[in-house]
This record gives sequence, structure tokens and C-alpha cells, in this order.
Amino acid sequence: MSASTEQQHDSHEHGMSDAGYIKIALILAAITALEVSTYYVDFGPLFMPSLMIMMVIKFVMVVSYFMHLKFDNRLFSFLFYTGLGLALFCYIVALATFKFFIA
Amino acid sequence: MADVAVHADHGSGHGHHSSTGLSNNKLAMWLFLGSECLLFGGLISTYMLYRGRVSDGPHPSAIYDIPFTSVSSFVLLMSSLTMVLAVTAAQRNDDSKTNLWLTVTALLGATFIGGQVYEFTAFYREGLGFTTSLFGSSFYTLTGFHGVHVSVGVILLLSTMGIIRKNRITGNKAEVVEMVGLYWHFVDIVWIVIFTLVYLIPA
Repeated sequence: MSASTEQQHDSHEHGMSDAGYIKIALILAAITALEVSTYYVDFGPLFMPSLMIMMVIKFVMVVSYFMHLKFDNRLFSFLFYTGLGLALFCYIVALATFKFFIA
Repeated sequence: MADVAVHADHGSGHGHHSSTGLSNNKLAMWLFLGSECLLFGGLISTYMLYRGRVSDGPHPSAIYDIPFTSVSSFVLLMSSLTMVLAVTAAQRNDDSKTNLWLTVTALLGATFIGGQVYEFTAFYREGLGFTTSLFGSSFYTLTGFHGVHVSVGVILLLSTMGIIRKNRITGNKAEVVEMVGLYWHFVDIVWIVIFTLVYLIPA
């Protein structure tokens, strides 16, 4: 086996090194701590947007790195994000019909 | 020539492949996870609609224990790390490390479930039963479904450890661990959404 082939094989199979995954986990833990801090500290009008942004960042990081979607074939991303997009569309429409978004 | 041999071996190691050249198992798992988004989307939407409907019993803000749930969330988040370490160990054909990380993941999952049982018991004692209010029904249904998914995940982890120890995996061992890992991470991302929308955003 040539060195380049072995390297390609490794990067395809592994995605990241163990140290890389630990770094991602530390970032996720830090974001979780920030999320929890919104319960104790008054963020004012930034409360809801900051929570939603942090939730999306955590979601995308787990899906991209831990679930390897960032390193895998795009068809897997298509299958997953299609289901997710369909769910978001269906339920946002359903919630809108119940006037959920009207204060 | 040697490269061709490596590719051939790599291909056969992944079991059955579809016409796309991708693993059928992996395609099916991603399709399943995409469909699970619809299930949890429905449950989360129902909770969002009914969380303010408290005809009887305690209000959400009166019973949620945010510090406790934050620790549970952290435990589940860290179980995703141990799961991905199990997958990388399986890809290195390191069975002992794979079993070690699978065991830690199962323990963290069981800890999360224990926390959920404690939380449900505490809520029930504070007067929130399944039929007390629409809030109670939608809360228990959503978090209960998630808890069942975590329990199934723990069973899958323990089963995987068992078949690895008995050397019963006929196909690609790393792919089997990866499939269990995908399911486990999905359970984690669902909790990421539940933790924010259910616990941190007040009704």
C-alpha cells in the first residue's frame, strides 16, 4: 500500500483525530455552559436569538463532526437534511395555523 | 497493483453496497434518522403548542430544575464524545478500546436515564401527572419518547459490546459500531433541541 493511499484511507475512515474530537466536545461543553448562563443572567432582547443560535451551532457541530457528515458522501447529508427540512417546514406551517408565532 | 488490492479489500469490508457505491446499511440509517426528525418534530411542536395550557397542576417554570437538567445534558453530550472515540477505536481494529468506550457511553446513557426517572418522579410528587394538564401530557410524551430512544441506544451499545466480545460480527466491525454511533448521536442532537426549547425558553 502506498503512503498516500493509506493516508486517504485513514482520513476517509477517521474524519478527525481523537484530540480533534475532544476539542469539539470542549467547545460543545462551553456552549452548553453559555446556554445555562442565560437562565441566571438577563440577556434582555438577546435572550431568545442567542439561545437559538447556540442550539443550532451545537446541532450542526455534532452532526458534522461526531456523525461525520462533514467528511462523508454528500448523499448522506442530503438524506438527513431533507428529512430535517421537511420536518421544519411541516411543523412551522402547522404552528403558524395555530397562530403560535403571533404574540 | 498494491493500491488496487487495498481498494478491493476496503470495498468488501463494508458489506453490501448500493449502485451509488455507498454502504446500504449507512444509507438506510441516514434515511431512518431523517424520518426520525419528523417524529420528534411533531412531538416538539405539540409541546410548544400546549406548554402554556395548564388548567390544573404546576406551571413549567415552577417545576423545572434547570441545574439538574443541565448536568443531565452535559452527561449526554459527553456520551457523544465517548461514542465517537469508540468508533475511531473500532476503525483502528482496537477491540479493547472499542469495548471500553462503548461501556463508558452505555454508563453515561444509563446515568441520563436515571436522571430522567428521578425528574419524572419529582414532577409527579409535585402534582404533575400525565393527565393533569395538556402541558403535562405533551411534556411526558416528548421527554418519554426521547428517554425510550436513549434506553434503546443503551441496549444497542450493550449488544454491540457482546457481539464484539464473542466475535460474532461477520461484516465490517467498524461500520457496525458506526451505525450504533449514528443512532446515539441522533439521540444527543434531539436532546440539544429539547433542552433549549423545553427547559431554557420559558412558556
